[in-house]
Amino acid sequence: MTDSALRELADDPSSRKRFFKMLGGAGAVSAATVFLAACGDDEDEQSEPPAAAAVDNNNSDLEILNYALTLEFLEAEFYDKVIASGLVKDKKVANLAKQFGQTEQEHVDALTATIKKLGGTPVMAPKTKFEETLEKGLEEVLNTAATVENLGAAAYLGQAGSIKNKEVLAAALAIHTVEARHAAALNQLVGRGFMGDGELSGSIPTGAFAKPMDMAAVNEAVKPFLA
Amino acid sequence: MASSRLVAPELATIKVHGMTREAFLMRSTLAAGAAYGTLSATGLITKALADAGSGDVDILNFALTLEYLENEFYVRAAKQVKGLSKYESDLTKELRDNEAEHVDALAATIKKLGGKAAAKPTFDFGDAFASRASYLKTANTLEDTGVSAYNGAAPAITSTEVLAAAGSIVQIEARHAALIRLVRDVAPAPRAFDKASEMDAVLSAVKPFIAA
Repeated sequence: MTDSALRELADDPSSRKRFFKMLGGAGAVSAATVFLAACGDDEDEQSEPPAAAAVDNNNSDLEILNYALTLEFLEAEFYDKVIASGLVKDKKVANLAKQFGQTEQEHVDALTATIKKLGGTPVMAPKTKFEETLEKGLEEVLNTAATVENLGAAAYLGQAGSIKNKEVLAAALAIHTVEARHAAALNQLVGRGFMGDGELSGSIPTGAFAKPMDMAAVNEAVKPFLA
Repeated sequence: MASSRLVAPELATIKVHGMTREAFLMRSTLAAGAAYGTLSATGLITKALADAGSGDVDILNFALTLEYLENEFYVRAAKQVKGLSKYESDLTKELRDNEAEHVDALAATIKKLGGKAAAKPTFDFGDAFASRASYLKTANTLEDTGVSAYNGAAPAITSTEVLAAAGSIVQIEARHAALIRLVRDVAPAPRAFDKASEMDAVLSAVKPFIAA
């Protein structure tokens, strides 16, 4: 990786400031939104984006934030373990894993602070179960990283329509696209094209449009990684 | 106008109409007065968009304009850029086709909402296709700008369905951005939190690519 790229990768305090700025000043509670229930149409090559599935309309912003926090804890922990394992020999890939892990930790910190600021109690870091994955070696590890990032992106997309506070929504969107970048990079690294063709489950975009996943489906998908 | 105030300073060095973009912006701003006035004059965006409180249709038309731009950019790149590897050439075509689907979807959604889809502008990308490097750099900037545009506009969307559509598109733009960055050997996800840009800032940034 070039020097300038490394510098880019270095901790960017301005992006964290921007995140908190988005949450500055008590967020106005938005008016009740009307949720349009629509049947999702999963056919490929459609010229309309997938209709909003009637996902999780009843979760409060705090519940959504804590759900996101759990996923971020999971991701941060995973990258920590991967780096510590020494499995990744390629310097560029190792650097990516390190940077992605640092980003997830920033997400953990920001979500924790947000939940507290909104008067909620942040969940604790969950106990994880990554040993099996690590034992299977590098390919399994990278595929798992790709799977988890794709899940993360789909999870945020799935919750966007339910978030009531506009500042929280802005923050969630800012994280959503970062998870998508991670997912695309990892999909590409494991040879699946940036959309993630192949056996990666559930949360892969269909053609030109990303697919949301609801909370139940995401929680089910990450169960194998929770002790 | 200082580069630092541009939403995408990297675009400043691209030459359009025989002058740098930065010079072009300065000249058009001085000549045409308010940015909103200039945009209205092109018939590109209605004045309603320029005012605060744009509706969902206006936001969709904003997105549609960006998708027209990205699609056309890749259409031309696929034909003009020399020296791309097979992978890079295939990627260019895939991105082109994705943006085309975004155009169709946004236009259909606008129509469904009873609105009128913005017409496709005529674009001028200057010397962006002169080399593999300038193509990739411009693509990088356009994709990142697209992400920041959607993220900036989305919280103002009032319909959950429209928000879902915007979200499903911006996620793809973010994936595009990451891939182009990997091809350029730069960080795919340099920030922990992606930027959100104001609509008028984005329109200002891309206006030089819109032929008079």
